[in-house]
Amino acid sequence: MDFLIQRLPLYLDGAWVTIQLTIGGCALAFVLAMVFGIMGTIRHWLPRAIATVYVEVFRGIAALVLIFWMVYALPQLTGYQLADTFAAIVALGLNVGAYGAEVVRASINAVPRAQVEATVALNLSWSQRMRLVVLPQAWAQMLPTFGNLVIELMKASAVVFLVGIVDLTAVAQNMREATGETLIAFIGSFILYYLIAQVFIFGMRLLERRANRKLGRAVPGGGGLLALLKPEPVVTKSGVAK
Amino acid sequence: MPPSDTPEKAPSPGVEGQPLIVFDDVVKRFGKLTVLDHLNFSVAPGERVTLIGPSGSGKTTILRLLMTLEKVTEGVIWVADEPFSHMRRGQGLTPASESYLRARRKSIGMVFQQFNLFPNMSVRKNVIEAPVHVLGTPKDEANARAEELLELVGLGDKIDAHPTQLSGGQQQRVAIARALAMKPEILLLDEVTSALDPELVAGVLDVLREVAETTDITMLCVTHEMSFARDVSHRVLMFDQGQIAEEGEPEQIFGDPKEERTKSFLRSVLDNGF
Amino acid sequence: MFDLEWILQNLPRLLEALLVNVQITVFGYLIALTLGLLIAIVRRVPYFGAVLHAAMEFIRTTPLVIQAVFVFLLTPAFISPLTVGIVVIGVHYAAYTAEVYRSGIEGVAKGQWEAARALSLPVSRTWGAVVLPQAIRKVIPALGNYLIATFKDTPLLIAISVAEVLTVARQIGSASFRIAEVYTIVGFLFLIVTIPSAILLRRLERRYAAV
Repeated sequence: MDFLIQRLPLYLDGAWVTIQLTIGGCALAFVLAMVFGIMGTIRHWLPRAIATVYVEVFRGIAALVLIFWMVYALPQLTGYQLADTFAAIVALGLNVGAYGAEVVRASINAVPRAQVEATVALNLSWSQRMRLVVLPQAWAQMLPTFGNLVIELMKASAVVFLVGIVDLTAVAQNMREATGETLIAFIGSFILYYLIAQVFIFGMRLLERRANRKLGRAVPGGGGLLALLKPEPVVTKSGVAK
Repeated sequence: MPPSDTPEKAPSPGVEGQPLIVFDDVVKRFGKLTVLDHLNFSVAPGERVTLIGPSGSGKTTILRLLMTLEKVTEGVIWVADEPFSHMRRGQGLTPASESYLRARRKSIGMVFQQFNLFPNMSVRKNVIEAPVHVLGTPKDEANARAEELLELVGLGDKIDAHPTQLSGGQQQRVAIARALAMKPEILLLDEVTSALDPELVAGVLDVLREVAETTDITMLCVTHEMSFARDVSHRVLMFDQGQIAEEGEPEQIFGDPKEERTKSFLRSVLDNGF
Repeated sequence: MFDLEWILQNLPRLLEALLVNVQITVFGYLIALTLGLLIAIVRRVPYFGAVLHAAMEFIRTTPLVIQAVFVFLLTPAFISPLTVGIVVIGVHYAAYTAEVYRSGIEGVAKGQWEAARALSLPVSRTWGAVVLPQAIRKVIPALGNYLIATFKDTPLLIAISVAEVLTVARQIGSASFRIAEVYTIVGFLFLIVTIPSAILLRRLERRYAAV
């Protein structure tokens, strides 16, 4: 135990890098998911085709391959070197954004047709319909899967130690090399990963609850804040909402 | 066949006065199923018309065509002497574009069987959203009007409630207020009481009676509520298999139907306790 | 910039390495399918089930790559990195498939259990002949998603020097300095495998949804 407490600052530095990667990647993924997800619901073929290409390409390539490509191949091709952390965030965001776009598309398509018809009867334009009626309702459906994707992105970020970024996984490696204590060195990182995940899960459940309440739906599980701590199944890894 | 692009001349409406709505030889097919079969009829301004008939006879499709939720397969719908399902191009007509429809359908409102209130908005928001964003009504004015309308439908105290906190009948009354907030010239009522528990029907119908008596909105109403149809409508159209089987004043249709189809339909409706 | 001759020269080596990824995927996935099912069933045992569930939750919320490195460092040297990689990936994905099976099992109507009880079926028949066939049928598409996900996680094993495609690409890249080419090829190789698989999977999904 002393081992970990003494070295806590180093672990926290690594955890901070992991958190930055996760938040940065999620922010980019969210924007991409919204843009390409909405494009995927447009009737015209061109935006739909663009959205499909984005989703299939960036969902199809492993995040690690994408990171290697960003960090090693891109500078050779363009002569321009991104900061490693930034490159990793872009790669993670592109990858998870592709999953997210599918979630957004599916959630928008799941908004009842009758709701869309009501917007026609009130003569709302396409953008008004999206902004005022469709997206607010689809939002509640997106959130549970978004929650899973946040955790997936955090986990995927652990590969960045392979390109030399000192995240939580790299700290475990460094600790082991410095001390020879494999078990304890890694357990420290495992625990921090677990805690970070729990914080993100808690935050996403708060958002979910708020979204459901806005739609006047009963909160699943009910109860106070403590109910949010109850474990809930994390089913989708690939994040494709049915 | 898509709506015809061939030049067509405006029909000269054959009814007395200038009709507001004209269905000119309208055909609607869903795949191989013909729902409306060369339908011709017109509605005068301020007229209240009830459409009755067995389910699948095409009544609801007429409302959905007018609300532009569906497109005609053949024929043309006219509203206020201008093409509605189509738009003029040179001498002829061409299927209406989305922007044309947006400009034209502003004058039409609809109340749905399933209310279709927006669950992400309060009652107030449901009512003011379209006036503010579509008509550009100032917020204060829209709010004042919403309060007025909700008072009219007997829900003045529910203005800040959430739709899911209301009964079906109350939701439907909000939906009526929402439609009226757009100041429509034409109001389409699509089986507005069919989804309600029996004890809630009267409240909704009372509101509609009030609207009918106090305004001159043109109303097209699909309903199984025969006494309501008798009270408020000027004319009843009996539909069967995509065509008008019989039409006339409510007294005549309900009291002395001529067609066998009308008689058997009315019998079946009364037997079912409507 | 892109030298076709050079690419063709090195492609066989990369394809050979890609077969290792396929191999890891197949064996890892088989472990995930069987172990996951076992976990889903055992999870219904009181106490032990709860502990198992917590362990699975832990596995699901920590990164696969650090799990692989950790297990690799703790295993004796005579076990190959490839074996370690397959087992770690298999167990990691079992934590996911267990949840999928669980949702399938919970989706079987209560009446089915009661009918089995009414017929005095033994436990093994209740599970084997009544519950599982219905549960598994429903979750086949969801399980299929994890096959592709497993494949996409195989390059992580570069961290424990398994001779899979990304590891080999790195070797080729550092020997030839043609880094851009080699990683671009790897990207395309992934697309060539994953896009047709995704299309195939969607077909399968539709077929099972239609039943």
